[in-house]
Amino acid sequence: MGYTPDLLELIKKVEKTRQLRVNRKKAGEEFPALTLEQRKDRLEKYHPDYRAGALRELKVGPSKGYSVAQEIADQFEAKSRIDPDKIDLDEVHYETDVLVIGGGGAGTAAALLAEEAGAKVIIATKLRHGDANTMMAEGGIQAATKSWKDSPYYHYLDVMGGGHFENDPLLVKTMVSEAPKAIGWLESLGCMFNKWPDGKMFTLHGAGTCRKRMHYAGDMTGAEIMRTLRDEARNRIKNIGVLEFSPAVELLLDDKGFCSGAVLFNLETEEYFLIKAKAVVMATGGSGRLHMQKFMTTNHYGATGDGLVIGYRMGVKVRFLHATQYHPTGAVFPEQSEGLLITEKVRGAGANLVNIDGEQFVFEREPRDIESSSIIRECEKVRKGIPVPGQKGKFGVWLDSPMIDMLEGIGTVEREFPAKFILFKRYGIDISKLPMLVYPTLHYQNGGLEYKPDGYTSVPGFFVAGEVGGGVHGANRLMGNSLLDITVFGRLAGESAGKFVNERTEIGKLSVDHVRQYHKELEATGIVTDRVSPMVLPDYANPEVRKRQLTTTYIGSLR
Amino acid sequence: MPAVAQQSTEQMETLNDESVRTDLIPIFIMGKEYDVPSTLTIQKAFEYAGYQLIRGCGCRGGICGACATVYRLPGTAKINVGLACQTVVQANMYLTMIPFFPANRAIYNLDDLKPDAQTVLKYYPELAKCMGCNTCTKSCPMEIPVMEYISAALRGDIEQAAEISMSCVMCGICAARCPAELGQYNIGIMCRRITGKHIKPRAEHVREMIERVNTGRYEEPINGLINSDIETLRKLYVERQMEPHTAPEEWTPDLKDYL
Ligand SMILES: Cc1cc2nc3c(=O)[nH]c(=O)nc-3n(C[C@H](O)[C@H](O)[C@H](O)COP(=O)(O)OP(=O)(O)OC[C@H]3O[C@@H](n4cnc5c(N)ncnc54)[C@H](O)[C@@H]3O)c2cc1C
Ligand code: SF4
Ligand code: SF4
Ligand code: FES
Repeated sequence: MGYTPDLLELIKKVEKTRQLRVNRKKAGEEFPALTLEQRKDRLEKYHPDYRAGALRELKVGPSKGYSVAQEIADQFEAKSRIDPDKIDLDEVHYETDVLVIGGGGAGTAAALLAEEAGAKVIIATKLRHGDANTMMAEGGIQAATKSWKDSPYYHYLDVMGGGHFENDPLLVKTMVSEAPKAIGWLESLGCMFNKWPDGKMFTLHGAGTCRKRMHYAGDMTGAEIMRTLRDEARNRIKNIGVLEFSPAVELLLDDKGFCSGAVLFNLETEEYFLIKAKAVVMATGGSGRLHMQKFMTTNHYGATGDGLVIGYRMGVKVRFLHATQYHPTGAVFPEQSEGLLITEKVRGAGANLVNIDGEQFVFEREPRDIESSSIIRECEKVRKGIPVPGQKGKFGVWLDSPMIDMLEGIGTVEREFPAKFILFKRYGIDISKLPMLVYPTLHYQNGGLEYKPDGYTSVPGFFVAGEVGGGVHGANRLMGNSLLDITVFGRLAGESAGKFVNERTEIGKLSVDHVRQYHKELEATGIVTDRVSPMVLPDYANPEVRKRQLTTTYIGSLR
Repeated sequence: MPAVAQQSTEQMETLNDESVRTDLIPIFIMGKEYDVPSTLTIQKAFEYAGYQLIRGCGCRGGICGACATVYRLPGTAKINVGLACQTVVQANMYLTMIPFFPANRAIYNLDDLKPDAQTVLKYYPELAKCMGCNTCTKSCPMEIPVMEYISAALRGDIEQAAEISMSCVMCGICAARCPAELGQYNIGIMCRRITGKHIKPRAEHVREMIERVNTGRYEEPINGLINSDIETLRKLYVERQMEPHTAPEEWTPDLKDYL
């Protein structure tokens, strides 16, 4: 295995220009960054969100008239998995104070804080606890913790600039101000951040940051956070129960309009269960597995936007769903690693992006949407992309990782990026000596359900945290701000929910009237469809096999 | 720009279009033969064969440990291991996933733990039963020298156990194969959490910044930003001083008013 002879030949062109590029970098000379005007132009011409037909106006629901990605609109404009007339609302299977939907980082942080506020908690999650985008985050978590050069003020500016100044300012203020506390909390739970011998944490630049404030744990920061939070939740098993393989497919209200639980679907036995709760925290994460515009994705298997759908159906508005984040550097070769994320830290550490002629064509620390647009431009307009072997019509550009060892010393790549180093080694590619072939990949759901800094939403008893929410990142999230987002807002939503249950004395009669209403609205709008949502699991089964499953019925992508 | 739109649809994940592929090889999923394209990972091969995965599939990226797989190739007795999402199929491989393994896990309160050998032994007495067979190391798909972190834990070198086990994805294969019935990965995470909390010095700059935020000193500057018009904000953003890439840790900006 390893690179094909053709690719090895092309890599020579990259090697030819490498020393010069390294020298320039050492001399502090960077490729010129785009001005704000040039950025705008690049986005409008090349970003996938701006393509004709990328978005569609919603015809139903609380954000009617707002245009979102087609694939999300399809999920919204679909029927429930449950028939509101058939479900028996008197047969309740579980009862708890706080129901957390989604066992990722945001959900687990929320569960811990709700428990600390005195609540009994159940986490219902789709796959295993921790099978989540949080587990996959590599690069790091942003926070201004170094007072001699940084502060929440500068962090605020960076977040707003990255999000094109459209972010919800109060959410941003909360996130950057709570950031140091979030890092301190993770440290106190035993997260092993990379540190100097005196305990000072290493920090790096990310794209769009003016100060080095990316804290990290090797190249598995998310995994370190996720497994630590999960381990802590497991220690509190007395008060935090976990239901795995039990995705929520609808929310429950009571007769006063308070959110009061959910309908869960046991993926293994295909039964539906009701769970009654005094407060619900929605933390189902993102939607990369909807494959916007058929892009490959970095997201985990369960990222199908379920929380968006059922929250929206219950009446919570959405925002910033017109903007999808494409990560500039997803692997395109070898085929087995397709879509896999190559962390931005590789560029943060100094690796250039170069074209088929070995020329740098963009500053490597532009915000993600600009960087992605520039790669797409290089391949589609300038036509200096590198053809991906065996995949007609696919192109990529080089991410010149060997520069890092030349800049920072031999062994840096292996030490700083151990997971990716091993992975590529398995495929016969030494990334400290050879560049990687990359192309933008669907990465992050910038927008989501509307919520306030304390996690409250327009529906009492319903709280939102993490990637399922929208507003804090505006139209474009910067690297490292999502792990921060989920830690800060996971904690806040959990705390709010924990307190809320102390004040809520009773749950009224359970109802799924909102589902009935939603179905009526669909009908009234003339949307005739057999689509059902949420999707729950993507469908990657071989269509040939499908054709032969003569006696099987599928509802959406599930059998 | 039709060219753009056209190419975009081609830059998609190689999802189902393998159905037309010709490079098929036989593999045996739990003993039953299926013909699958030779370049697929075991995980995608399951899907190609017609499975919709529920167990054994999480991140699809080699980090969650959901897809532990053991396999054997014809003509050898050797049991191989791998993560299904990372391992490419080989002709005639016999395989099964082990998506779950009931390893022992202790319940503890991190705050009360002391960073010494007694602690780990108290919660995991089976640690002392390790017979040094090295099966765990040989079976780890992350190529972690598992036995070494187990012996480090046994010796009371918790920090070393933490460092060696850092890239453990908790897939459970080591535990499944251990004759002494250890749950290595649970011991590993306990060591890492003890190290992170009790052994490594605390980051004082983080505490200091928390204090500063608590004094409210950034309230007004940030509210100032919130209340300024977009032109001012843009200007401040564009003019903010960048810490140079190669700047040393002690670097300080020229403007210190908002620190
Ligand atoms: C490859 C990759 C690398 C990344 N790198 C970084 C980085 O370096 N820095 C950074 O800040 N951010 C990074 N991110 C983004 C960040 O990891 C995520 O945005 C963040 O972790 C989301 O956390 P969450 O808790 O909101 O969602 P998740 O962690 O995805 O958790 C959501 C959980 O909800 C479950 N769920 C879904 N639907 C249902 C349902 N219907 N019912 C019940 N449960 C459900 C899911 O299975 C999952 O367990 C990265 C993301 C990816 C994919
Ligand atoms: S140490 Fe054990 S659980 Fe961890 S990755 Fe290796 S085999 Fe899997
Ligand atoms: S497999 Fe078990 S007994 Fe053998 S070395 Fe590893 S931990 Fe010890
Ligand atoms: S699916 Fe997560 S490691 Fe394979």
